[in-house]
Amino acid sequence: MEELIQKLKEEIIEVLNLEEMEPEDIETDAPLFGEGLGLDSIDALELIVLLEKNYGIKIEDPKDGRKIFFSVRTMAEYITENQK
Amino acid sequence: MSLQVKKHISIIRNHARVNGKKAFSHESDDGYKKFIRAAYRHFETDYPKFFKMDSLSKLGFLSVEILLKDIDLSRFYSPDRIGLLLTNGSSSLEVDEKHMDSIRDRKNYFPSPSNFVYTLPNIMAGEAAIRHVFRGENTVLISDGFDADLIYDITRLAFETASVDCCICGWTEQYGNNYESLLFLIERGEGHLAALSSEDVIFEPSKLQEIYKQETEWKN
Amino acid sequence: MGRVVVTGMGMITAIGNTVAENLESLIQRKHGVGPITHLETSLKGELPAAEIGLSNKELAAYAGLGNAELFTRTTMLGIIAATEAYKQSMGRYKISDSSRTALVSSTTVGGMDKTEKYYRDYLAGGEYSFLVNTHNCSDSSMRISDHLGLRQFNTTISTACSSSLNAILFGAKLIKHGLADRVIAGGTDALSKFTLNGFNTLMILDKNHCRPLDATRTGLNLGEGAAYIVLESEKEALKHGKEIFCEITGYANANDAFHQTASSPDGYGPYLSMKQALDMSGVDLSEVGYINAHGTGTDNNDLTEGLAIERIFGEKIPPVSSTKPYTGHTLAAAGVVETVYSILALNKQVLFPNLNFSQRIEELSFEPVTELTEAEIGHVVTNSFGFGGNDSSLVLSKY
Repeated sequence: MEELIQKLKEEIIEVLNLEEMEPEDIETDAPLFGEGLGLDSIDALELIVLLEKNYGIKIEDPKDGRKIFFSVRTMAEYITENQK
Repeated sequence: MSLQVKKHISIIRNHARVNGKKAFSHESDDGYKKFIRAAYRHFETDYPKFFKMDSLSKLGFLSVEILLKDIDLSRFYSPDRIGLLLTNGSSSLEVDEKHMDSIRDRKNYFPSPSNFVYTLPNIMAGEAAIRHVFRGENTVLISDGFDADLIYDITRLAFETASVDCCICGWTEQYGNNYESLLFLIERGEGHLAALSSEDVIFEPSKLQEIYKQETEWKN
Repeated sequence: MGRVVVTGMGMITAIGNTVAENLESLIQRKHGVGPITHLETSLKGELPAAEIGLSNKELAAYAGLGNAELFTRTTMLGIIAATEAYKQSMGRYKISDSSRTALVSSTTVGGMDKTEKYYRDYLAGGEYSFLVNTHNCSDSSMRISDHLGLRQFNTTISTACSSSLNAILFGAKLIKHGLADRVIAGGTDALSKFTLNGFNTLMILDKNHCRPLDATRTGLNLGEGAAYIVLESEKEALKHGKEIFCEITGYANANDAFHQTASSPDGYGPYLSMKQALDMSGVDLSEVGYINAHGTGTDNNDLTEGLAIERIFGEKIPPVSSTKPYTGHTLAAAGVVETVYSILALNKQVLFPNLNFSQRIEELSFEPVTELTEAEIGHVVTNSFGFGGNDSSLVLSKY
C-alpha cells in the first residue's frame, strides 16, 4: 500500500501540474479538495482519467469521485479494491 | 471624452517591458515555455494555478499581472466596472492540437479535461478575471495581427456606453515559440492613476501603433 | 444616441433550415436531438446530438456554393443563415454603397470540422493542405462577407457559449455610436469530433435527451447551427420603410470571475449580466414577459441561472423556458439562435415550451413553461453564459 501511495502522489503532481510540489508535500490523509491542495472539479475529472489510464478503473458518475478522491489514502484503498 | 493610456507592458522576445523600459529579460533563448516560467518567478507571482494553464493563458495571465503590479485597482474602481478587452490571432491553436492528438488514437484514447478547458481564446481573460475579480465587460476578438483601430474602437465603445470606468485592452498572441503581448491600462482623463506614467499618453490608434512598433522593434 | 432595431433574421438549426421552419418545429414540439448520422465519430451511438440533417454536399448545394470541399461546415451554415437575414432586410431595397454595413460574426469551432478530417494530410503537406487556412475563426466571417458582397468592417468574436450574444452587443454599440448604419450580427458552429470528445471528457453531456431546469438533469446535448440578425439604427430602417421585428433595448456582459467552466454557486456573473441589461433597458421587472434561459441542462448552469433569476425578480418570476431541448447547445451560435426565438415569441405573442420537464429543482421556487402558451409579451430577456465566466444578456422589446 505504501508503494502505491508514493506512486499516486507522484502521478497526482504530474497530471495536475502541481509544479512547485514534491510527493513529501502531500499528506496522505489530508483532504485533497477544498482546503489543502485546493483542487477543483476539473482536477477531479483529471483524476478520473488517471484512474482509468493507469489502473484500468472506470468511474461513470463524477459525483462518486467525492468519496474516492477524498485523500490519497482513500484513492489507494479504492484502487486496491477495484483494480483489475 | 478623453481617454489616457496610464501604463503599458509588453512581453516579447524573451523580454518583459513596462512603459517602454526593460523589466525582465531571460538570458538563454531556450523557448517560450522556459521563458514564461522564468518571468513568472521573476515577478514573484504567487499563484500555483498558473502551472495548470495552457501556454496562451499563461501569457495573458502574466501580462495582466505585470500590468497591475503594485497597482490596486480595487481602491478606485468597483470590480463590476473594470473591463478586459483582448484581441488575438491564433486562438488556442497550440492546446487545440494537444486535444486533437489525444482523441485521434482509438487505442490510446485519454483526452484530458483540463486540456479541453483551455481550447478557447477567452479562457486567458477568464483566468485574469478570476485572479483579480474583474466582473466588468470582457471579450476576445480575433484579428490578423495587431490592429490598433480595432483595439481602440472596442475600448472606446466600452467607455462611451458607460459599461466600464477602467479598462485593460490589447493584443495577446502565442503559438509555439512565437509570442507577442501588448497590454494597455486605460482610464478617463486625469483618472486616479495619474502618477503612473511620466507623461500623458492619449489613447488613440496612432499612439497604439507607435507603441507597438517601439515594443516590437527595439534592439538590445 | 438612437434606437437599435432588427430588420432581418436568418437561421439554420437541427429543427429547420430557415426561420419559418424553426418556428413551425417549435410550435409542433418537433425537436432535433437524436443519434448522430453525419459526423464520423467513435462516439456515434453512444451520445445524442442535434445535428442538421444535411450532409456537407447538400449544404453546399442549398447555399449555391459549388464545391463543398472548399468550405468548412461552419462556413456553409453561416453563409446560409446570413443570406436569409440579409435578404429579408435588404432584398427589396436599393441601398446606396455609401451606407455602412458591418459584419460581426462569432464561432468557437471555426474550421475544426475540416481540420480534424485532414489533419494528417496537412502535417504531411498533402493534397488538401491548401485548405489549412480555413481553420481560423475568421475564415467563416470573411467568406460570409465575400458571399454577401460586404466590403466594410468585419470581425469575429470568440468567447465560447456567449459569443453570438456578444456579437449582437458589439453590433448594437457600433450602430449607437455611429460607426455603422447596419450590422449583420450572429454566429455559427458546426458539430465536430473535437468538441464532442472534449465535452464528453468534462462529463457534462447527457446520454439521453437533455432536461433543462429539471431536478433530474444530467447534462447537455451538443448541437450545431448558425443564425444572424440584421441590426439597424431606427432612422436607417424607417428611411427605407422596412419591417421592424423588435428593438434591442438592453444588453450587458460581465465576468463571473470564479472558475474556467463552472458558474459561481450563487450565479453572481449571470445576475450581473441580467441586471445590467435590464437596468439599461429601463424596463420594469413586472413588464418582462418571457425569459429564454441559457438552460443547458447541466447541474451547475441551471441551478445558478435559476438563483440569479430569483435574485433579480424575487417572488414575481416571469415565464422561463430553455429551448435547448429543441436545438441542443449550439455553442457560439446559441446566443443568436435563442435571440431569434425570443423575437419570434415577441412577434407571435407565444411562450415556447421547455421540453422534458417533470420535476422542479429543489433549491428553486419556479418551474419552466411546458406548453406552447399564448401570452402578452412586451419584453424578453435572453441569456448566454460561456466558459471563461463570460456572461451576457439581452433585452428585446416590441417596437
